[in-house]
Amino acid sequence: MSDEKKLAIIATKGSLDWAYPPFILASTAAALGYDTQIFFTFYGLALLKKKLNLQVTSLGNPAMPMPMPVPVFMQAMPGMQAMMTSMMKKKMKSKGVASLEELRDLSIEAEVKMVACQMTVDLFEFDTKDFIDGIEYGGAATFFEFAGESDVCLYI
Amino acid sequence: MPDFAQELDASGLNCPLPILRAKKMLKGLETGQVLRIVATDPGSVKDFDAFANQTGNKLLESTEEGGKYLFFIEKK
Repeated sequence: MSDEKKLAIIATKGSLDWAYPPFILASTAAALGYDTQIFFTFYGLALLKKKLNLQVTSLGNPAMPMPMPVPVFMQAMPGMQAMMTSMMKKKMKSKGVASLEELRDLSIEAEVKMVACQMTVDLFEFDTKDFIDGIEYGGAATFFEFAGESDVCLYI
Repeated sequence: MPDFAQELDASGLNCPLPILRAKKMLKGLETGQVLRIVATDPGSVKDFDAFANQTGNKLLESTEEGGKYLFFIEKK
């Protein structure tokens, strides 16, 4: 029995902004000595793609800080999502916020275990070749095997 | 100011990068050796304190100097 603390995370979201919390917390926990595991399910599986192409949207998110007020129907116009994503990435870079690729690499390097939900892979007919190497595939029971003994368990 | 074996310039980096980079550098040090860290993220003051408390590495000094934060951490 190890005396290491354990952190279990469920990552369910696949947008650029929501991809940060799982990787920030996992990489930091690992640096603090936690044995860490992330279970990726539904849209969270987008975080495991070799080529990350995550977007951010202001739609349905009235708290998104905007450089100027934009009416909601304008926010739904073609190209707006791509523009907001590029603005967000630029802002993050200028503020010294790590890229997701870097945080994910640091997590892997720190031996954070990543488990992809097999059911979601089947449901959306994902090709496992598109996912990064070194991940495992499993279901709810696999998650509980680790989460049941965790000290901190987060649903993101 | 304590002597140090290595230095990490984490200027301009934001949470959690200063901690992650420091952890990586500490890995390469021997017990008792000191890492000097320079950071500009105001959140790092509390974070390095918390990092030291949780990992057992000793935070020898934490100071501010002209808008920069200096930390000296001794490897456990």
